[in-house]
Amino acid sequence: MGRGEYVVRRLGFALVTVWIAATINFVIFRAAPGDASSQYETCSTCSAAFREHLREELGLNRSLPEQYLLYLKGLAQGDLGESFQTRRPVWDELVDPLLNTLPMLALGMALGLGLGLLVGVVSAWRRRTVADWAPVSVSLFLSALPVQWVGLVLLLLLGGVLPTAGIADPYLRFTDPSWWDVLVDRLAHMVLPALTIGLVWCGSWALIVRSALLDSLGEDYILTARAKGLSNWAIVRRYALRNALPPIVTLICLTAGYLVAGALLVETVFSYPGIGLELYQAVRNRDYAVLQGGFLLLTAAIVLANLAADLLHFRLDPRVTA
Amino acid sequence: MSLTKLWRMARRQPGGAAGAAVLAAIAVAALLAPVLARSGPREKVGGVYQAPSWAHPLGLDDAGIDMATLLLWGARTSLLVGFAAAAVAMLIGGAVGLAAGYLGGRTDTIAMRITDYLLVIPDIPLLLIVAAVWGRSLTSVILIIGLLSWTRTARVVRAQARGLRERVYVKRAKAIGAGNLRILAHHVLPQTVPLLSTLTIFAVGNAILTETAIAFLGLGDPTAISWGRLIQNAFDGQALSRQAWWAIVPPGLAVGVLIVACTLVGRALEERLNPRLRGGHLSVRTFRVAP
Repeated sequence: MGRGEYVVRRLGFALVTVWIAATINFVIFRAAPGDASSQYETCSTCSAAFREHLREELGLNRSLPEQYLLYLKGLAQGDLGESFQTRRPVWDELVDPLLNTLPMLALGMALGLGLGLLVGVVSAWRRRTVADWAPVSVSLFLSALPVQWVGLVLLLLLGGVLPTAGIADPYLRFTDPSWWDVLVDRLAHMVLPALTIGLVWCGSWALIVRSALLDSLGEDYILTARAKGLSNWAIVRRYALRNALPPIVTLICLTAGYLVAGALLVETVFSYPGIGLELYQAVRNRDYAVLQGGFLLLTAAIVLANLAADLLHFRLDPRVTA
Repeated sequence: MSLTKLWRMARRQPGGAAGAAVLAAIAVAALLAPVLARSGPREKVGGVYQAPSWAHPLGLDDAGIDMATLLLWGARTSLLVGFAAAAVAMLIGGAVGLAAGYLGGRTDTIAMRITDYLLVIPDIPLLLIVAAVWGRSLTSVILIIGLLSWTRTARVVRAQARGLRERVYVKRAKAIGAGNLRILAHHVLPQTVPLLSTLTIFAVGNAILTETAIAFLGLGDPTAISWGRLIQNAFDGQALSRQAWWAIVPPGLAVGVLIVACTLVGRALEERLNPRLRGGHLSVRTFRVAP
């Protein structure tokens, strides 16, 4: 199988996954009792005719297969429906929060990856010493903690030092700030949520890196490199780490789903107006349209991350011909 | 099992032994909660967020309830959710994995396709939707976690069942004329029990962690006291602005300790019961560390 065919297959897999998520979405909400018009049942001024009209407008009076096709057609055109709460298109509700989340997640991932790589490499290198089991125990413990709790503890410890909520200082714009001030303000608001994500995930990532590195350190080419008289650092960086990269990248991309879950909880703790907080509020307001849209959007994001991992695999491991 | 044998096992795997001891201690504390707790789990014994004192070593929460009591009662719910959800996941995952691995062919292809897709779909957002629609009871929380976490089990069990299918004793049983069900029940299933028990322990930890997320998002059972709910309660009850660390720190720490204990026991079991399983392919969260 050639590379092109492999890419096409992965693309197909990605599309089908999104379709399945969409179908789950449809089925779950149709299986629930009542529909969008039942919320008006207790409204005394709304006549039965009004409810009928609403059902007609939303297409709820048609047969289920018809509704399903309509729903898919809407999705294909980027129509995620309308928020129950604000009556705005769900897409408009979600796109700004998503753009707020991405840089925060990126910062968190960078922190977590940096720490995780460092800890993983050191503990694999200094195997069976204090420099191995101490970081490994800490990593194990960190990855066992609830994300939201780590956020709360950070707030408890650093609450006075860094901004604790929101995405920007609401009073900053009255002082005619330069772009630099705005950037610093944004970053300051990002630090705590990102640090929370970084801390929780660096544990798991360190364990992944360590394990992959230990595997490749046992290979014969390491022995050869050592026999050639290369320094330890050169062996680790040029041979061991290089060869451990493909599994590391794959596993880290697989944690993308957990990362999304983490973002949801972290943003709630820090009232960071990202997609996680948006979904949290949607849960609180029973705004199913936004919930559904958010779920689809996040699934699509994760599928994209996995696709990227697959394609990256080609670059990292020339042996892979699928 | 004699005490000396137990001691020898503990010496060989100190991590696993420590984990098992912690797990047992938490389980006993949870069982004896009504006896151990000095006040009721809904009994107001003092002021709002009263700081720790001799009478109440972990202080009081936002309703004046003793935190130590709440932790003891919370252990009950958290453990119940953990083990029950893990059982659901094992039942489904084990059945799918066994069928796919042993039968092979089209069953295998279809089952693995489905798990492939489900593995990619993010748990927590899906959980949110399902929990929002299904309502908020302990049973639905357990079912939701179980129903969303069986895929990993299915994959690992399938891999082993596939290997078992080629074993000579299975082939012999088949040659004598044993039916598929009989072979599965008498020859394949017993062989996967070690693997299943290991996976269960890991799944318990994951389920407890997931429960804290569900509770935090306000989708848990509002009447049940779990560790996840204690964290949520501290957050919603403004414990932060009161600097009431005693309401925030202990429940999360308890979750962390319990999950580390599960992981340690799981890893020890994995090593002991299944030396063939050398890879770190169980799951990302429970990635195996020991070489």
